[in-house]
Amino acid sequence: MSTHDPKALAKEHGLSPAEYQRMLDIVGREPTLTEIGIFGAMWSEHCSYKSSKNWLRKLPTTGPRVICGPGENAGVVDIGEGQALVFKMESHNHPSYIEPYQGAATGVGGIMRDVFTMGARPIANMNALRFGDPSHPKTRHLVAGVVAGIGDYGNCMGVPTVGGETNFHSAYNGNILVNAMTVGLAASDRIFYSAAAGIGNSVVYVGSKTGRDGIKGAVMASDVFTEDSQAKRPTVQVGDPFAEKLLLEACLELMETDAIVAIQDMGAAGMTSSSIEMAAKGKLGIQIDLDLVPQREEGMSAYEIMLSESQERMVIILKPGREGDAAAIFKKWELDFAVIGHLTDTGRLVLTRHGKIEADLPVLPLVDEAPRYDRPTEPTPAPSPVSAVDYPLPGKPLDILKQLVGSPDLASRRWIAEQYDSLVRGDTLAGPGQADAAIVRLPDSNRAIAITTDCTPRYVVADPHMGGRQAVAEAWRNLTATGALPIAVTDNMNFGSPEIPRIMGQFAQSIEGMAEACLALSFPVVSGNVSLYNATGNEPILPTPAIGAVGLIEDAGKTAKIGFPAEGLTILMIGAAKGEIGRSIYLREIHGAEIGAPPEVDLKVERRNGDFVRGLIGGGAVAACHDISDGGLLVAVAEMAMASGIGATLDLAEEAGLLFGEDQARYIIATATPEAIEAKAGAAAVPVRRLGTTGGDALTLGSESIAVKALKDAHEGWLPAYMAAND
Amino acid sequence: MQSAIIVFPGSNRERDAAVALKRATGREPLHIWHRETDFPDVDLILLPGGFSYGDYLRCGAMAAQSPIMREVKARAAKGVPILGICNGFQILVETGLLPGALLRNSSLKFVCRRVHLRVEKTDTIFTSKYKKGDLIEVPVAHGDGNYVADAETLKRVEGNGQVAFRYVGEVNGSANDIAGITDESGRILGLMPHPEDATDAAHGGTDGVKMFAGLAEALAA
Repeated sequence: MSTHDPKALAKEHGLSPAEYQRMLDIVGREPTLTEIGIFGAMWSEHCSYKSSKNWLRKLPTTGPRVICGPGENAGVVDIGEGQALVFKMESHNHPSYIEPYQGAATGVGGIMRDVFTMGARPIANMNALRFGDPSHPKTRHLVAGVVAGIGDYGNCMGVPTVGGETNFHSAYNGNILVNAMTVGLAASDRIFYSAAAGIGNSVVYVGSKTGRDGIKGAVMASDVFTEDSQAKRPTVQVGDPFAEKLLLEACLELMETDAIVAIQDMGAAGMTSSSIEMAAKGKLGIQIDLDLVPQREEGMSAYEIMLSESQERMVIILKPGREGDAAAIFKKWELDFAVIGHLTDTGRLVLTRHGKIEADLPVLPLVDEAPRYDRPTEPTPAPSPVSAVDYPLPGKPLDILKQLVGSPDLASRRWIAEQYDSLVRGDTLAGPGQADAAIVRLPDSNRAIAITTDCTPRYVVADPHMGGRQAVAEAWRNLTATGALPIAVTDNMNFGSPEIPRIMGQFAQSIEGMAEACLALSFPVVSGNVSLYNATGNEPILPTPAIGAVGLIEDAGKTAKIGFPAEGLTILMIGAAKGEIGRSIYLREIHGAEIGAPPEVDLKVERRNGDFVRGLIGGGAVAACHDISDGGLLVAVAEMAMASGIGATLDLAEEAGLLFGEDQARYIIATATPEAIEAKAGAAAVPVRRLGTTGGDALTLGSESIAVKALKDAHEGWLPAYMAAND
Repeated sequence: MQSAIIVFPGSNRERDAAVALKRATGREPLHIWHRETDFPDVDLILLPGGFSYGDYLRCGAMAAQSPIMREVKARAAKGVPILGICNGFQILVETGLLPGALLRNSSLKFVCRRVHLRVEKTDTIFTSKYKKGDLIEVPVAHGDGNYVADAETLKRVEGNGQVAFRYVGEVNGSANDIAGITDESGRILGLMPHPEDATDAAHGGTDGVKMFAGLAEALAA
């Protein structure tokens, strides 16, 4: 530390003068360095959600399936038959920009820990990634590092990474987004929580030793980047997936006994947040002798031990007398196990080091009296709509199609997906790119789940309300297009600085749109994460409320993938084409215009069309299904053709709005029984339209044709060529 | 037929292997922890995929020195068949039960995708149900599958007909496209691809079934 002046120290730890005063009122004396560090971490935006909490309350978080909503390590939903899904998505944005490999790897490690802390075995990983413009000098290096980091961690853990999304946009040049999601499976009556209980019970530390890595990581992640952000490299944690694999197996083995009272992983702010959160939830005190904490390095101070974000560590409260049983399990897995303290009735966190009290703080005020801000918001002005007739096709539609499917945001992600083990555990029914959502079979059963991550930031920036609505609707639609019943949501709110009213307005309006969609679609939010200060200097990212969502498939034999499986099938569009091209990929890639209003999301129509499609898939009438999203109708058809190699002949007017508009609530299906579907659609008042027929090895539109292989070469070619090129 | 799967800290495809073995043999395989020094007599020993001991040294190098591998070597000397898949293959070359070595993929990247293999050797209990020249589709998932051996060893392995599977098309830079080899007796097979993840229609392919069905038939007891 550069100074011993508490006021200056508080500032260095991200505390404002008012927050420092509030801390003094709570402590009642001059705080120690360790205490300032604890307050700085606990009251950081990252840990306290001080700017976002008031808004997050607007999201619906309850429903008949919800066992545990936001506030625990992850959300828990009941899927029947005594089983529950435990899932959450979390950001590791700031560290991944500074050190892409370790930042992304530890993001994946952290989210998996959140899930198995609650008693679930992770069965699938997903991610949502945003990078800067491909031409930016850092982008290639960041993509390579992030992908390798995600892959190496998940691959070693033996958890399949089954899908995700990746976008490129210059607004992320200085702040990439790495959002990782894990879904785990647990017995619905064996969920583990973090509230401490039982005065005198042992506080146990398990996992890897504590080192000096990641100190003040939570504070770093609660500020914008400046020119010297690379100097913050030491605040990035270092991952050890092998240690986490052992920790996973050891924790699940211990969870099969009845020795655990409470358990909490050490994530952001390490021992500080885990010990305080456990004590606060149990309304108890906690006494820890830091000399007993397993340490990797010599001479660590109380401050360093409490603020370290070393990975692969847990805190467990054990039932009295169970220390021996628990220690034996961790010894078998060759992990550290140490009783470091006990619960008290004082309501205080007391830390000693070398026999000296280094911190003595009241627990509840640290949490309950954490600052909360109702920050000023400024709404995003309503965008002016654009009309498709003003942006006509500048060339032949199939040439434009080829250009679009090879453009950075629509090109194949195979180069990324193949670096992830998507198959381990043998239950991946649809991996990356095979269906609108990943499909993972539940072990030893004929049930499956569908998982997706979605957000369209170019819509959100134009109209945060509609964009928030759209992110939820698209996730719901992607699950539906596999035949799954959408059941719950996790959100990862990535925004710029909340201290700027326009940014806070984006946040607020996005939440309102999301809340409407979640309510209308019976799609509660059960967990989430907020990442603010994603900005460099005055340049914020596009507002990115990323949605992760899960759905349930009762019969794993009744699902839909996107590839045309046979020739001679009729291609139908469910939903109406309105030709909205505002903020479309077509407009951006072909006309160079990022303008207009995003397509409207009508939630009633969304639900009606989706329920209709899901019913068709469940009834076995659908041979392939794909929602229409990025790139519009023609791109969706091309993706279905490229997935199987079977072409199609289409009967469509050559209009930009029809071919490339991104109108919502639409699906394309291939079917052998079009008349029956049309009759049902008529009865349900769902718009349906024949687009053409599958067959051959080309896509034919009017008098023009393009070989599916030519499309595929463009689609598959871009990312590998980009990554292989030199700067 | 009773089989045993050796489980190291960091193994992660033992479940996939157990499911495939049980499906073929009707019997649950034994799981043997790496610290054991003895285990019941079995008809087949399987070394599963994963990252034993984190693979922080050369892949498989730590596992090769583990207590259980002394016993596995002793069983091998008695002629007990051994199947090493992915990390299991790496462990077999590190213990010297199979010749050669497995280096980082030539792409320097992990690779997970379905690949085509050509069956080169059918006179083993692992491959008896395939026909020589069969093309099969099986997934790979590895970062270190680039098979290398010195010229003399490679000549011997090829001359003895020890190559069991070859990649069709480039996968990881392996010498002579070698995906799997046996020892001279044909009782030990190591391969990088994952036949256990191609044993269920839901996997998108079932070309691995013949390996496990062949083992079940040959080792029926």
